[in-house]
Amino acid sequence: MARLRILVGTRKGLFALDADRARRKWSMSGPHFLGQVVNHAVLDPRDGRTALAAVRAGHLGPTVYRSEDGGRRWKESEKPPAFDKATSGEKGPSVSHVFWLTPGPASEPRRWYAGTSPQGLFVSDDAGRTWRGVSGFNSHPQRLAWIGGSQDAPPDGATLHSIQLDPANPRHLYIGMSSGGVFESFDDGATWSALNRGCAADFLPDPDPEYGHDVHCLRVHPVSGDVYQQNHCGIYRLDRGASRWDRIGRAMPKRIGDIGFPLVLHPRDPKTLWVFPMDGGTVWPRVPIDGKPAVYGSRDAGKSWRRLDAGLPPAQAWFTVKRQAMCGDGLDPVGLYFGTTGGEVWASFDEGERWHCLCLHLPHVYSVEAALAD
Amino acid sequence: MKVILPTPLAEYTGRRREVEAQGATLAELLADLDRRHPGIRFRVVDEQDAIRPHIKIFVNRAQESSLERPLAAGDEVLVVAALSGG
Repeated sequence: MARLRILVGTRKGLFALDADRARRKWSMSGPHFLGQVVNHAVLDPRDGRTALAAVRAGHLGPTVYRSEDGGRRWKESEKPPAFDKATSGEKGPSVSHVFWLTPGPASEPRRWYAGTSPQGLFVSDDAGRTWRGVSGFNSHPQRLAWIGGSQDAPPDGATLHSIQLDPANPRHLYIGMSSGGVFESFDDGATWSALNRGCAADFLPDPDPEYGHDVHCLRVHPVSGDVYQQNHCGIYRLDRGASRWDRIGRAMPKRIGDIGFPLVLHPRDPKTLWVFPMDGGTVWPRVPIDGKPAVYGSRDAGKSWRRLDAGLPPAQAWFTVKRQAMCGDGLDPVGLYFGTTGGEVWASFDEGERWHCLCLHLPHVYSVEAALAD
Repeated sequence: MKVILPTPLAEYTGRRREVEAQGATLAELLADLDRRHPGIRFRVVDEQDAIRPHIKIFVNRAQESSLERPLAAGDEVLVVAALSGG
């Protein structure tokens, strides 16, 4: 019987938390890649066995490791994501780190996508063994205009992330960039167009720019195809087929606001989602508001929100939850999980009503991803 | 010729810090090193053929920045990886 496995990527290695489907008893294993940065690690929900990890050791070049046994044994990709070599006399980009990994559609069981820093999109058709650039994006003549320069990048480097697939059309891809905004392709990455109308970018002079936004986390609902986004300036929803984002974060309590990094969708109900609000005032502390951590959930596609903090520290908790560090498990009721920059992993087995601490003392958590392991 | 590697790269060489590789230039030596220990080159040199920012390569104790540096039999190549950061 399949068991539940949570892969926890941290600044100092990869850990796994395992439970049966009742989620009562947990065990932890690892570390893998001790001392190395693991930006993202994902167990493939299509087979429950293949897992990929985006790894970078200190100052060495970036790579991807792959596992065929759910994450027990790992082997390095034979050809990790890398930009094309520039023609003579030109300066080409080089991958600083692989930041995001997304399994491909069910119809292509060995396909994976990777997003990098600086912003690059890569694809593998052999389950992560070898990678090639998606030239329709990486070589697009407008790419540098879309992503901006070093002044637009966060301190740890600009990233392409949130690679999402339209459940009704596997050739329809979405990406989010920090910076750059949301882009979509209807032809498997050959051509791209910006998808940012209605989305604020209050750090730019144009009140409704075509691109240049700072996407924190983009999610496409696996049933309805509706698109949700947590970005630098709020929480947004884009109904399937619509062309203008609606700022659903305006319904959040004013004292809390709608700034944060992760966003998690209910796997079956397109109107249910969860976010983790953080302090985006003054110099952007990126910590729970007033040091009181809380998840906020909506059951009506963002029209109203409810605070979900039972079991979480009531005060003086100042961690951050990064964009890959919160997820759901797909079970019923949905289990929710988040990891903190303080090395804690928290879980709720009743869709956010009550929270439990699964582990303490891990390194700074970068990613938390759940899947049923074969 | 002898190539001395830093500990972060030892996973590619079965934990050996000293290995053998051949080449008439640093570029050829790194290509040969990668044939013998697949994956090691990309951790040292990026896709634009630049030595990564916190990696240093010395030939006979002199730092080299160009992969076109000619090599001769008996040269010793030392790869150093910074371990700065917390």
